[in-house]
Amino acid sequence: MFIIGELINGMYKNIGDAIKAKDKAVIQKCALEQLEAGASALDINCGPASRKPVEDIQWLVEIVQEVTDKPLALDSSKPQVIESGLKVIKNKSIINSVTADEEKLSVIVPLAIKYNSSLIGLTMSAKGIPQNKDQRLELAAMIVSFCCDQGFPVENLYLDPIVLPVNVAQSQIREILESIREFKIISEPSPKTVVGLSNVSQGTCTRSLINRTFLAMAVACGLDAAILDPKDKELMDALIAAEVILNKQIYCDSYLDAYRKK
Amino acid sequence: MAIEAGSVSVVSVGATKTEGGTRAHKIEIGKKPQVAFEVWDTAPLDWPEEFDKVFAGSLKDPFSWAEKCVNEYKAKILCVKLQGAHPDFENKPPEACAKFISQLLKKVDVPLIISGCGDDAKDNLVLPLCCEAAKNERCLIGSAVQDNYKTLVAAVLADEHNIIAESPIDINIAKQLNILISDMGLPLERIVINPTIGSLGYGLEYAYSIMERARLAALAGDRTIASPFICFVGQETWRAKEARISSEEFPGWGSETERGLAWEFVTAVALLQAGADMLVMRHPKAIEMINKNMGTLR
Repeated sequence: MFIIGELINGMYKNIGDAIKAKDKAVIQKCALEQLEAGASALDINCGPASRKPVEDIQWLVEIVQEVTDKPLALDSSKPQVIESGLKVIKNKSIINSVTADEEKLSVIVPLAIKYNSSLIGLTMSAKGIPQNKDQRLELAAMIVSFCCDQGFPVENLYLDPIVLPVNVAQSQIREILESIREFKIISEPSPKTVVGLSNVSQGTCTRSLINRTFLAMAVACGLDAAILDPKDKELMDALIAAEVILNKQIYCDSYLDAYRKK
Repeated sequence: MAIEAGSVSVVSVGATKTEGGTRAHKIEIGKKPQVAFEVWDTAPLDWPEEFDKVFAGSLKDPFSWAEKCVNEYKAKILCVKLQGAHPDFENKPPEACAKFISQLLKKVDVPLIISGCGDDAKDNLVLPLCCEAAKNERCLIGSAVQDNYKTLVAAVLADEHNIIAESPIDINIAKQLNILISDMGLPLERIVINPTIGSLGYGLEYAYSIMERARLAALAGDRTIASPFICFVGQETWRAKEARISSEEFPGWGSETERGLAWEFVTAVALLQAGADMLVMRHPKAIEMINKNMGTLR
């Protein structure tokens, strides 16, 4: 499983304050803690309060690169913020994200090609969030075919079915899980799949339990990557157990330690 | 991006003068596959007569046996089995075993693999002394098993050797043992896995499938099972009926010499395909054949 740590996000107060005060120690500590806990990559998001996101994202990328060479996911809905981050990135990069709208794709996909970046494509459009699996597949196919036409390698594309909170859209969750499985058969080679995990538990009690239960189910559907909080140990334990059960990791009595030693 | 490619770790055996030892060269297990000649600290009782002929009677004197392997058959590394220490064999005291190792290190200058007698309690007395006797020579010492690894790991750590981790044709135990050993502070990069093999006709395919699965996991990035493999081909082959029984008893089977050689060679070839990195073998002719075969591998 490719794990993208979600904690460097200006929406969290400690990170928002650190961005404002240009306190790099707080950000770098957050980066290292997530990697230590098992993240394969780190999401970088200036947050809604940032007044100068074009500058802030460059600062974040540069200081995180001082402590790791792992991939960074540049998280913004604004193309100019993403490009600003791409200009200073030396690590591998992931653009997070683009929606299934032609005018957005025609800006972001060329950027991904130019900077040799991976890309997260959200199966939603200006018309809104899809209400069932078929609508998700339609949008996914639109993104895949756009990428193919532009010459962007589909194996570097991560499709996100848009996870909705279970307390708001309970009937959608099964559709989302089935979409993950079916996204893989859109093309050959297959696109990859990713979820922004914590959405599923937004506004619920016992969030961690809902997160890890959904994650295990999504892994069983073939999920390739997730944006999550790697410092949630029980979540990571559930993920490791799911991979063992699916024979993606070789079992041994210390399978939790073994996974972390890999 | 999701799959991180892995590689098999390389375990360096034998310390040269510049590294503080006295070996003529070092052997890197985990790069190209290689063969170690098996020698014993005592005369084997149940090896086929063929070996007496090949080694011209030197089996009775372990030092001249070892020297013959190195000087005549150009062995690059020896695997010394301390069979004489076994309580049911000669029950040699630990001090005598350690002395034997010290003397052997003076007689030959190739790297050594040192293998205990297989009796856990005795090996726990013998192997630490042998580790000490071979200090600075960076040997490969075995075997640690799931129920008996702590004493050997401590000795190997103290005297800076490498270790053989042995599991009974069981990938889950192989992985677990690697974790247990590395938890004691011995890096994963100093472990060689003995997956336990059977010879042709005696479970070879079970060993093959375990090795293949471990290697695929290693190449997909699982460091905990990415150790190179050592396979005791000679020991398993030469106890198979097909390798030993005389042509007088089974005339239809043809000459036992050719049969035994073929059995050892074919077992070794199959294990090479499964990813074996170090083959411990007995018959110089079979070793010559396998070396020739390995020369054709890319």
